[in-house]
Formats: sequence, C-alpha cells, structure tokens
Amino acid sequence: MNRRKLIKVLPWITTPGLLVVLFVVWELSVKALNVSPLVLPPPSKVFENLGDLLGKASTWQNVQVTVIEIAIGFSVGVAAGVVVGVLLGKLPLLEASVRPLIIALEVIPKVALIPLFVIWFGFGMTTKVIIAALLAFFPVMLNVLLGVRSVERGHRDVMQSINASRWQTFTHLEVKSMMPHVFAGMETAIVLAVIGTIVGEYLGGNEGLGYMVVRTLNELNAPALFAVILMLASVGLAMYFIVTSFKRVAIPWHESVYGRKAEG
Amino acid sequence: MHVDSTLSSLPIAEDADRPVEIRIDGLQKTYKTERGSVEALSDINLEIRRREFVSLIGRSGCGKTTLLRIMAGLVAPTAGQVEVGGKSLWHNGTVDSSVIKRLGVVFQDANLFPWYSIEENIALPLKLRGVKKRERLERARELAGLVGLEKFLRSYPRELSGGMRQRAAIARALSDNPELLLMDEPFGALDALTREKMNLEIQRIALATEATVVFVTHDIEEAVFLGDRVVHLTPRPGRIKDIADVPLSRPRAMEVQTGQEFNTVVAELRASLNQEDDQ
Repeated sequence: MNRRKLIKVLPWITTPGLLVVLFVVWELSVKALNVSPLVLPPPSKVFENLGDLLGKASTWQNVQVTVIEIAIGFSVGVAAGVVVGVLLGKLPLLEASVRPLIIALEVIPKVALIPLFVIWFGFGMTTKVIIAALLAFFPVMLNVLLGVRSVERGHRDVMQSINASRWQTFTHLEVKSMMPHVFAGMETAIVLAVIGTIVGEYLGGNEGLGYMVVRTLNELNAPALFAVILMLASVGLAMYFIVTSFKRVAIPWHESVYGRKAEG
Repeated sequence: MHVDSTLSSLPIAEDADRPVEIRIDGLQKTYKTERGSVEALSDINLEIRRREFVSLIGRSGCGKTTLLRIMAGLVAPTAGQVEVGGKSLWHNGTVDSSVIKRLGVVFQDANLFPWYSIEENIALPLKLRGVKKRERLERARELAGLVGLEKFLRSYPRELSGGMRQRAAIARALSDNPELLLMDEPFGALDALTREKMNLEIQRIALATEATVVFVTHDIEEAVFLGDRVVHLTPRPGRIKDIADVPLSRPRAMEVQTGQEFNTVVAELRASLNQEDDQ
C-alpha cells in the first residue's frame, strides 16, 4: 500500500481503535479510583443507559425534533447566506453601506438573543430554527461574498473573449468558482446550526435532545446525561458527514475534494 | 534602421494579393494612474493579411500584451481603431460582438475551467452560442484530434500537463472557427522542450485552420521561427520600431534555425532590441 492510500485508510482504523482505548482507560480509572458515578459514570453504565434510551419511542421523537430543527435552520441560513452574499458581492456600493451593520450583527453573541426569540416565537420549533438559521447564515454569507469576488482574472478574460453574456458568465463561471466557498461556509455553518439548536433547546421548550440534556441533569442522572451527549455528538457528526459528502458530489473538481495538490 | 531593407522580398509571392484581415489604425492607449498618465501605446499602425502569421516582440512593458488585448476586445483603446475583415472592433469603448465572434484568443495561462472536462472546456464557446450538445461534442473531438488530445476528452484540466492544457486552450480558441487567432505568450510558461514541440504544432494548426495569427512573445528565436513577419515594439511609449520579414516558407522544420536566413533575421532583431539599451 502506498503512502497516499495509507493516509486515506488510516483514520478508519485508528479512530475506532482510539475510541476503544479511551473507553477502556476511562472504565479502568473510574473503577480503580473509585469515582462516584454521579461525577463520572463508567462507560459500561453509559452504554447501558444509551441502550435503554434508544429503546424508548420518546427518545427517537426527541432526536427527530432536533434533526428537523437543525435541517430547516441550516437550509434557511445557507439559502439566505448565498443570496445575501451574492448580492453584496456583486453590488459593492450596497456592501459598503451595510458593512458596519453586518459586522455589528456578526459580533453579537447570537445565543444571547435566544431569550428574546423565546418571548417572540415561544417555546416551539420556530425559535430553534431561527437561531440555527441565524448562526448558519454568517459564515456562508461571508464566504460567498468573498467567493463572488475571487473569480480568476484569466477566467473572466476567457468568458469575455468568447463573447459570453453577463448571465452566462454568472452561471458558467461565477457560480462555479463560488461553490468551494459555499461549501467552506456550509462546513462551519452546520456545526453552528447544531450548537444553536441545542442551546435553543436548553433554554426553552420540552422536546429535543437539548431538552433531554437539561432533564437528565435535573434528575442528576449522570449516566443518562452522558448517553444523551453521545447521541448529540452522533447527530452532529452525521450532519457534518452529510454536508461533506454532498460537497464531494457537487465539486469533485476542487482540490479540497480530490486531494491536497495535483502531482507532477 | 529598418530590417526590411536588408532582406530579400516577401517570402511567398501571393502574400501581397491576399486581402487585409486586420487593420490597426492610429491606435493609442493611455493608462491613468495616481501619478499621472502613462502612454502604453502610441500611434500603432499595422496591416495584417489573411492567413499571415505575425509575431509581436518586445521587452516586458513595451505594450505588446496591451496591443493584443485591445485586438481581443478586452481593453479599450484611448484612440484609434482595430478593423477585422473591414469591420470596426471598437465603438466608443465598447466592443462589437459580431467582430469578437471572428476571434479566438489564447492566453499565457491555459485558463481552463477546472469544473469542466477537456471536451466541455473545448466546446464551451459553442455551448454559449447555443450549439446542440451532440454537435458541439463532435466538434470538440475533432479539435482534440487536431491538437493531439483525443485520448483526454474526458479528463479534467488538473490531470493534464502544462503543455496539454495549453493545447486544450488552443482547441477552445479554435472551436468557433475564428478567422483570427490571437496568442499572448501562449508557450511562455512551458519548459523548453515542450515549447519547441508546441512551436511545430502551432504552425501545423495555423495552416490547417487557415487562420491569421498574431503571436506575442519575448523570445526572438520563437518570433522568427513562427512569423512571416516580426513586429518589434519598443517601450515608453509602446510603438512599432520596425518590422522584419522572414524569408522562409511555412511550415518550417526545426532545422531552419541553423540556416543563414533565419539567423540573419534573428541577428538583426537582436541588434535592434539591444539598441534600446543604449538609448
């Protein structure tokens, strides 16, 4: 096996291995040091609880709620981010006039707005979707804004020299060269959308994985809390994986997909 | 000094009878900068006949690329006109797209679109013009054959070497049957051996497509090897210093480079270029 192949395969072997090592060390040290299960439950207990939880229909109900909130919030945020990013990128005057406002909005810690959204939109899904969308919006918008402007000069020359219309230049050149930036934004956005949704669920409502975190905490049920955290991590990972897989299909030509650098 | 006078008459007798393809008339280009204006081109007048191969040579900053970009419709001239086949290219700073259609441009970088395969890249001008898919891919295959890329139609630009990418760029420039091929140091980024090969190829391609070619380079040997005429531009402001005729018929084999005619023209041009230093 050559080096390149090895680099591709290696994580698939080492990751499960490292996880097993982590759980074994965790289990043994909890036992050896006699740590209270209220502070740090052994993994065996956590998995036991996880099994119990996964057996309940209500758990799956909560997973579904969280996944839907993330998916809708993320999609809305990305769509808005692309549209606004393109507009601001193409219209420098508009960008100049709203830039201070955008920066101000960007630096506000968005989670601080959650109580406001709870007042306005209640304890239901709407609030979480809005938070997820708001958090997902900025990285996409900023990346697209940059992307629209970073079309290669030489590529523009080509379009001009073959008599391309503005619309053709947009669809065949600008949209295509923007795509890697859209995906770079999306990779950050999906992580933020997950965070926004979960924090939203912490602060209001009675469904979703975030709510389960709060409930198990109130019950001081540490093994269940760990189990819910594991579920959250899995949902986040799955979401991230979907986005990166989508990227592989959408822009196979980009160097972030086919490899670090072309050889030769 | 005028190189013309020291050389024999035009290489091919019928040359003089061919119609004028390009007429550059009183062309001037001034760039406005914060520290005032820079005259990039001053009073350029040139006539190029159909199927002629003209090399443009000069030091960096002599305005040869600017001249080519004006001819390609990419940069508006400050004054003067470029006529292609009797039609004016520029109208008050905007290009006439019916004239642009008759041009094919090849840049120093291949500038292929990484999201399109080689055949899609070659056929892109036809796609934008609304040519049916089957027809334009057919044409792409034909052109790939002409430039020696028939085995790479489905490949992506990143999988090709620099020389092969430039071949694809040439094929793209030829896809809409241009009468006039404008090339801006197309082989400048290639290694010496690939470049030599491409010099042979471009001759064959120019003859096969019956295109008129304007070829910008800073390499004296390349300019003389390829051109029926070599136009020498001097900088500050860019203007035509002299035009050398190359009394050799095309296509030329590598061997002409050891011949006396070739070396006489090269020597004259070199002397003329070196003279700039003394000024």
